[in-house]
Amino acid sequence: MTTETTKEIPEAAAVPSPGAAPAKKVPHGHRRLLTRRDRLTLGLMAGLPTVLHIALVWVTALASIALAFTTWDGIGFDSIQWVGLQNFKELFEQNPQFWPAVQHNVIWFVVLIAIPTPLGLFLAVQLDKKIRFSRVYQTAFFLPVVLSMAVIGFVWQLIYNPDTGLINSIIGANEPGKYIDWIGDPDLNLWAILIAASWRHTGYMMILYLAGLKGVDPSLREASALDGAGEWQTFKNVIFPTLRPTNTVVLVVTIIEALRAFDLVFVFNKGAEGTELLSILVTNNIIGESSRIGYGSAIAVVLLLISLVVIIPYLVATFRKERRA
Amino acid sequence: MSTGTLALGKKRAPVRPARILLHVFLAGAALAWLAPLAWAIYAALRPYSETSEKGYVSWPDTLNFDNFTNAFTQSDMSHYFVNTMIIAVPAVLVTLFLSSMVAFYVSRFDFRINLALLLVFTAGNLLPQQVIITPLYRLYLLIDLPGITMSGKLYDSALGLVLIHVAFQSGFCAFVLSNYMRSLPHELTEAALVDGASVWRQYWQIVLPLCRPAMAALATLLSIWIYNDFFWALVLISTGENMPITSALNNLTGAYFTDPNLVAAGALLTAIPTLIVYFVLQRQFVSGLTLGANKG
Repeated sequence: MTTETTKEIPEAAAVPSPGAAPAKKVPHGHRRLLTRRDRLTLGLMAGLPTVLHIALVWVTALASIALAFTTWDGIGFDSIQWVGLQNFKELFEQNPQFWPAVQHNVIWFVVLIAIPTPLGLFLAVQLDKKIRFSRVYQTAFFLPVVLSMAVIGFVWQLIYNPDTGLINSIIGANEPGKYIDWIGDPDLNLWAILIAASWRHTGYMMILYLAGLKGVDPSLREASALDGAGEWQTFKNVIFPTLRPTNTVVLVVTIIEALRAFDLVFVFNKGAEGTELLSILVTNNIIGESSRIGYGSAIAVVLLLISLVVIIPYLVATFRKERRA
Repeated sequence: MSTGTLALGKKRAPVRPARILLHVFLAGAALAWLAPLAWAIYAALRPYSETSEKGYVSWPDTLNFDNFTNAFTQSDMSHYFVNTMIIAVPAVLVTLFLSSMVAFYVSRFDFRINLALLLVFTAGNLLPQQVIITPLYRLYLLIDLPGITMSGKLYDSALGLVLIHVAFQSGFCAFVLSNYMRSLPHELTEAALVDGASVWRQYWQIVLPLCRPAMAALATLLSIWIYNDFFWALVLISTGENMPITSALNNLTGAYFTDPNLVAAGALLTAIPTLIVYFVLQRQFVSGLTLGANKG
């Protein structure tokens, strides 16, 4: 595990008499003081979790890539056959659900970034004004984040249901012939689900921005007020630019949420017409009746590639900062 | 969050119209935000016979908890709560234990592998679950564990779910904890090292106790995430008996789809534990969410 080569110092040499103040300066990182046993302990401490994580997350991710170029019914290993790009070709050219799914994933992201994110920022700015009952308001907006997506799906079905739902009952569309089918109509259902998703996302964004706003130096605000800047000008020119790290996190979180979206759609209508997502297509290959491992993996690889486009730059930026620190 | 700093000046300041407007807006928005939940509660409190006759938008004749008690007893919910506990408690504890060890390793020593190791963990946690599910599902079917799990395999067992939760969530926790541990002064462990304390003692008796705030925040967050998990259980558990509460709820809808009030009650019941955790440990929960997000 460890790559260090420095010579170890016998334990006794490193141990001053008990109670004696450590006089000498220990080299930073102090690996020279590690005994053989310490190094074994360290190896195990890092090694066991790493093996588990790599085996279940990274080996399976790599296996997805490998399987994407094969066809396999999942019964016995000898039925695995290399088919090259066949799965991808079929996916891109023949699967009627693929391009709608990609499109819906994109829409999911665009909606989350365009509506609940600014709304969450707006609420955070208002709640940051040190007003009374701030905590009560915060809790109200934040409550949906604590609920599972599955529960959110059930709650919103009570609103969208064609004959018993709240909306149709209010507008009088809950009788046969007048139904507005929020869940079944492919032109409506994605938007209906996105309202529920935005309901949750707003609270999440609000909390991230509230934390970001707390980190803004108060003297900046004072300086801006002294200069006679109005509330909007202060926000635009002083506060918002300092929220840059938060904005990065918000962007990454939102893209990842858009790529991961699954539970809500599955509870809603199992990803039937109008709400297809890449995650739903992958899962249908496992829990559906047809078990097409290679084909399902090809969809997973598309999802993986899109995710990496986001994950890699984010990690590079994050860890570069860390190194400087 | 507190009103402390401005409280003095505010008391004497005249009530400004802008403030009142803001309160009206926030109160209205907050009520609108709670409306879907309030509606679910209202529906769950009414018997189906009444709503089917009078419609859902109507004044109630009867309001009672029958739907809640029926959902709880008819669907054997306590059994699924226990299932969830069997998965969530070990998963949270093991995740924290393992990720704190990795974090200790990468943050307190300068091994050359540190950065790569942390990258692997952090990136792994950012992947969508569906990227790995197909091979994982096959893998779980392949691993035989006769006598250890009910199914004799890793598939369809609580152990399988615990393992994937631990593997997946330890990415996030290792990242957060390593940042936290890095902020602890190096002198702490150096003094102990010079005193001859083993690496394990430095971890267990010095560093870990100091990480209590971060661990508490992560524990709260993980409990809610793992409790709320729907996807892993949906794919990796096949027997209804073995399901945790969220996926069992999905079955309840299948069985009682004609009675939305009962299903609403069931859904609200499954949400109660997370709501309790949130209200009791609000501070930890929120700081957990922002620990990873707002550093630097």
